[in-house]
Amino acid sequence: MTLKVLAIDDSRTIRSLIRKVMEDAGFDCICAEDGVDGVNRFAEESPDIVITDINMPNMDGFGVISTIRSGTTNRMVPILVLTTESADHLKTRARDAGATGWIVKPFDDETIVSIVRRVTGARV
Amino acid sequence: MSTMNAIRDTFFEECEDLLAALADGFALMQSGAHDPETVNAVFRAVHSIKGGAGAFHLSDLVAFAHRFETVLDGLRGGKLELTPDLMFVLLRAADHLNVLVEAARDDTAIDAAVTESFLLSLDACLEDSGLGGSEEEFSFAAVQFDFMAIDSDPLSAERTKFNITFRPTSTLFANGHDPAFLFKSLSDLGALDVTMDISAVPDWDDFDPTVPFISWTLTLATDQDEAAIRAIFDFVDGLCTLEITANVPDLPKKETAPMIRVDTPEVRAVVADPPSAPKPTEAHGPKPTLRVDLDRVDRLINAVGELIINQAMISQRVGEIAIASDSDVVTYVEDYRLLARDIQEAVMAIRAQPVKPLFQRMSRIVREAAEATGKSAQLISAGEEIEVDKTVIERLADPLTHMIRNAVDHGLEGPEARAATGKDATGTIRLSAAHRSGRVIISIKDDGAGLNRPKILSIAKSKGLVPADIELPDQEIDALLFLPGFSTASKISNLSGRGVGLDVVRTAVMALGGRVAIMSTPGLGTEFTISLPLTLAVMDGMVVSVADQTMVAPIASILETVRPAPEDMHYGPNGRYLSVRGKFVPIVDIAQSLGFKIGNDINPAPLLLLVESENQSQCALIVDEVHDQRQVVIKGLEHNYASVPGVSAATVLGNGHIALILDLDAIAFQRGFAAEPATEFATQSAGD
Repeated sequence: MTLKVLAIDDSRTIRSLIRKVMEDAGFDCICAEDGVDGVNRFAEESPDIVITDINMPNMDGFGVISTIRSGTTNRMVPILVLTTESADHLKTRARDAGATGWIVKPFDDETIVSIVRRVTGARV
Repeated sequence: MSTMNAIRDTFFEECEDLLAALADGFALMQSGAHDPETVNAVFRAVHSIKGGAGAFHLSDLVAFAHRFETVLDGLRGGKLELTPDLMFVLLRAADHLNVLVEAARDDTAIDAAVTESFLLSLDACLEDSGLGGSEEEFSFAAVQFDFMAIDSDPLSAERTKFNITFRPTSTLFANGHDPAFLFKSLSDLGALDVTMDISAVPDWDDFDPTVPFISWTLTLATDQDEAAIRAIFDFVDGLCTLEITANVPDLPKKETAPMIRVDTPEVRAVVADPPSAPKPTEAHGPKPTLRVDLDRVDRLINAVGELIINQAMISQRVGEIAIASDSDVVTYVEDYRLLARDIQEAVMAIRAQPVKPLFQRMSRIVREAAEATGKSAQLISAGEEIEVDKTVIERLADPLTHMIRNAVDHGLEGPEARAATGKDATGTIRLSAAHRSGRVIISIKDDGAGLNRPKILSIAKSKGLVPADIELPDQEIDALLFLPGFSTASKISNLSGRGVGLDVVRTAVMALGGRVAIMSTPGLGTEFTISLPLTLAVMDGMVVSVADQTMVAPIASILETVRPAPEDMHYGPNGRYLSVRGKFVPIVDIAQSLGFKIGNDINPAPLLLLVESENQSQCALIVDEVHDQRQVVIKGLEHNYASVPGVSAATVLGNGHIALILDLDAIAFQRGFAAEPATEFATQSAGD
């Protein structure tokens, strides 16, 4: 089974980048453009991992995490948070909200792929 | 690499949207909106630009956006107060962000000192509020997960043995972690032994499935240091008890159990929380849009153009074969005509875009120009929602920029001069768009001193553009500004603000099928009006005959058709004049102007088209016959013939014949001081 990644980001650029990196790594990638779109796609697609931005219109990344974590299906899916800040309190906040890990923007291809592999156990 | 290039293009397209959103947000904030969502939207715009720029290693852009964002964050968090001064700094920073994005896109260099000065003014805002200094230098290489890094030669490196004990909390599982995956990452670092400790698991009766009882002891032999191991546990830091001890060779190895794969799906299955349904909030985003390749739209537009021609041909044929007007065929053909027009309008609307982004850019131009000239100026815009063809908007950006700069530089007076005449020290530039009779009118109006006509005339005389002894009415003096050679600036890209270069502006506008006019009142200001067609592909035209040729005159310029009585025709030294409602209007013989007719066989009662130019001067054109009024598809001539004086384009008529579309402005109003080819024939007619 190919790993299915759901990328949620309001920036078209970042969405395209994640999709490219994920597809280059041999994963499937679905994109959503804000939090609400994200949780809807999550319910439809049942992805193996979610990568979400924090600051988005309609519903932010924390909202996405708590919605998924309080849901009934696939609630323990790994969720990675994309952030430009590396400030510790942000990590704490992300973890308290239930994020599995975080990726600091700007990210490079290897980093993001290795993190996805690390939290999903996907084979190299 | 082409994927990356495509994403790069996406980034710059997105930047345009984000910069527009930024300008929108600032406009709202200026008008008093301080609600968190507005400020957050502004923050998000800058933040997204920074995020995207980072991906493409546009470090200047990242660094600037970061400092910008820090100030916005202060504002968002209530640490900064939005004072008029801060608003000004923010607006200027947004302007510079525009510049940096453009520079990054076009790969041009920006004066680092300019960027630095903006950064300093941003930092000053933070310092004023006591937030300064806490800002750490933004580091670009903020990659946190360097656990694969190898800092020494693996062959020579000593392998250290680490003992790791790991006891997860239930939150670790709830956050989507799987210990097996962590161990797998560890095994990438070296040889790993895993022992599971199930001693804490209670009897079945006391077993609580939501509490993890299992812990692990791991032994890792690796050439990496402890930090590399801790990096793997970075995400679970605080969600587990973790002890790492290094290099303890005398510690007896525990019974070497084979690596136990923890079947985490089971754990998942038993960790039960009260289920609750996901609560998606309602989506209320912008209207969904579809991004389409411009080529496809243009193909569609071409096809619709052919459809219109085809429709015209059918209508014409049906008209010729004399079918009863109550016949079905006539009704269907009429339906076809209406449908074709609907389709055409809908297709044209695809290319239409609001002028808002263009206008938004202009407020930045005003600020820059005001700063450069030491004047105080504000831009008021109206009609931002008016939509114009995308190409028109793109090609209008340079001329408009130029005119706005001119308005600040040459139009507005300095603060003292304004005060002396009792005006507000801050000059106002009004930029507006409106629909008027099938065209879009864009007006740039300043409240400055108005044109200095004696000076303009003397410059024109000194440059030999007009005879030294000529006296001209005000309107014609104003028109001198548009003459090539009047200004020292030769190109629109000359942005120094020196020299007017209005001839270049006029050429650019005329290339779009538009016209520029000028109106000025001494002491009150100057208004430039650009009149543009809604679309570049079709127009309403009047089909006429001139010297046995079928031609099309653009309806937009035609006021009326006149068959004058002999007593309304007058003869003057420069030709004939028509007296219409008490005014004398010069008569131009198109056939002669275009060279179809030589000599002066004067028809005493010709059919005349009364036309009006953008600057309200009128002229009567002689035609032989008026056929009808219809929509024509514009087919450019430049591709095949270069620019033809007096002819703006061609079209295909319903009968399949080609007809030339007349450039009425060139024919009728390029009279007097000949300065470009298009005026040659006009000079002839003026002298007949």
